[in-house]
Amino acid sequence: MVASAGIPMYDIPFVSIGGGMGSFVTVDYLRVYGVPTSQMRVISNIDHPWQTYEFLTRCSQIPRGERIRSDSSSRPDNLWGFPSYALEEAWKDKNPAYLWQLFTEPLLNDYWTPRAGTVFENLEREAKRINYWDMLVKGQVRMVRRRAGGGYFTVVTPPEGAAPTKRIVFRSRFVHIAVGYPGLKFLPDLQEFRTKYSDYQHVVNAYEPHEQVYEFLKTRPGTVVIRGGGIVASRVLQRLFDDRKKFGLKTQIIHIFRTFVTGSHGPHVWSRRKGGDGWAYQGFNYPKSVWGGQLKAEMRKLEGAERAAKYKQMGGTNTPYRRHWQEQMRAGREGGYYHAVQGTVDRVERTEDGRLVSYVRSSDGIIREPVSDYIIDCTGLEADISEHRVFADLLQNSGAYRNPVGRLEVERHFEVKGTASGDGALYASGSATLGGYFPGVDTFLGLQIAAQEISDDLARRGFVRKMGPLRSTAQWFKWVFNSPV
Amino acid sequence: MVPTLMGRIQTRLFLLATVGVVVTLLIMPIVPGVTAPLGELYVTGLLVLVAVGVLGIGWELIYHFLMQFRWEKDWPTMFGLLTLVPEGLLLYFLLRSGAVGFIDPIPAAAFWTHFTVVWVSMWLVANGPMRVPFIRWRFRGGRVL
Repeated sequence: MVASAGIPMYDIPFVSIGGGMGSFVTVDYLRVYGVPTSQMRVISNIDHPWQTYEFLTRCSQIPRGERIRSDSSSRPDNLWGFPSYALEEAWKDKNPAYLWQLFTEPLLNDYWTPRAGTVFENLEREAKRINYWDMLVKGQVRMVRRRAGGGYFTVVTPPEGAAPTKRIVFRSRFVHIAVGYPGLKFLPDLQEFRTKYSDYQHVVNAYEPHEQVYEFLKTRPGTVVIRGGGIVASRVLQRLFDDRKKFGLKTQIIHIFRTFVTGSHGPHVWSRRKGGDGWAYQGFNYPKSVWGGQLKAEMRKLEGAERAAKYKQMGGTNTPYRRHWQEQMRAGREGGYYHAVQGTVDRVERTEDGRLVSYVRSSDGIIREPVSDYIIDCTGLEADISEHRVFADLLQNSGAYRNPVGRLEVERHFEVKGTASGDGALYASGSATLGGYFPGVDTFLGLQIAAQEISDDLARRGFVRKMGPLRSTAQWFKWVFNSPV
Repeated sequence: MVPTLMGRIQTRLFLLATVGVVVTLLIMPIVPGVTAPLGELYVTGLLVLVAVGVLGIGWELIYHFLMQFRWEKDWPTMFGLLTLVPEGLLLYFLLRSGAVGFIDPIPAAAFWTHFTVVWVSMWLVANGPMRVPFIRWRFRGGRVL
């Protein structure tokens, strides 16, 4: 039917949709396992895998020289995680202090984390090594559908002029979906303000470009309201504090936490997280043992409501305890220019002189009406998966369904449940699969765990050879010497 | 690697049987303060490894219990190294007191040299090189099987 419609069709056994970090980590694994480039295609609307990631980190105030929130051995360019980023940076910077920090983390020191630049440079090296760009096909994926004879059709709109027809189709036995976050979601009161006043300049999301805020503050003293208690709020605060010091600014900061954490919290002495001054403190996005220890093992066995409860127990917005940030906030509180308050915001209005007034209600009944020049939404809310057309179509037409926390239900090996087709399989990794048997999905190490499960499943199905200790070691040496897989 | 209980025990036994044995074979000819023939030293060294393994199962239960008080259920790198102090002391006093009858008495210098070098080597391997041949090990809480 497809052929008779005159739509060009390409037979490729494995197709990965997305082309960001999730696709890259997965095809990197498969290349190392032994799949040739001719057997795989990555369909994407971006040119290099770290493009979206770099855009989001830069907006949220992590330029290449700053450090991300990721463990030293979570390296998406190296599936062994050895040598770790700390070893590499210590070697390149001739700085053994990094190793001391690694040894003493998180007890005497903050967690050591790599510079964003280190991550991107290594990704580029690895992408070249595995011939990533030989597999990249530019285009917008419209849908993935099961094929009557087994496997899947992936319908793609190529960039204008790149193909003779408006659509092209890939016929494949395996499809992998890693399209990242379906989209940003604003806090409702902020969305309402933006729509009502058509003002997209003064109420901004930290994940969208918002340099104008920092530039404005350099021209005259101003007040900024920060919303949210996660790492992005920490980052934005750091930028505001840094600029204040660097340029001698008079910026006032009002920080609104919906949940204001005052100390250690948790139901049991065995499940208590540190916190204070509004924040819940945690080194990484999840407790460290989700990537391989006890929590990973526990979650793997849980279903339905029990799984949802476990997610809830370890969830909640949090940020790392970093000594530098603590000092900046302490100075801000003492200097009277950093004010953290608990509250929910009923609405935001514009004052007559064009500033913003937030109507904040605290749980103790106090109403505050802080006036500011800008509001930065750092809550990092994510849109529902059905906002993405590929997921919406899968849920509607291909048998996929939602997990206990509302996202895509996947198997322990990341096959999307309910979508099997003949001898083919449909996999998904990344943020869309949060709520499954493995929690840390939207992290570097989580993407690697998913990629390993997928690769091992493909080995069970005979698509690629299994990876044993000898072959793994041989491949590792190839990585070290930067020779082709 | 963030361990589970089974992973801790398996990793310990595996590393003792591989890194521990190799390091023992290499270090025994040069440990200080011993006069016994090399063959006997090897037997003693390997028996010490067995003792570290057997006592270690008890130690790992304690570590696992202590780990429960940590929110992240992790085991910082430093702990992995510093636990050599209590483990070494306990074993040393057990050997000195004759409680472990099947191991010949060892001079203090020889015991601590052997024990420390083996321990540090195992710790170094567990903190990186182990991941090279065993790509699933770190995601399975340190389980080898």
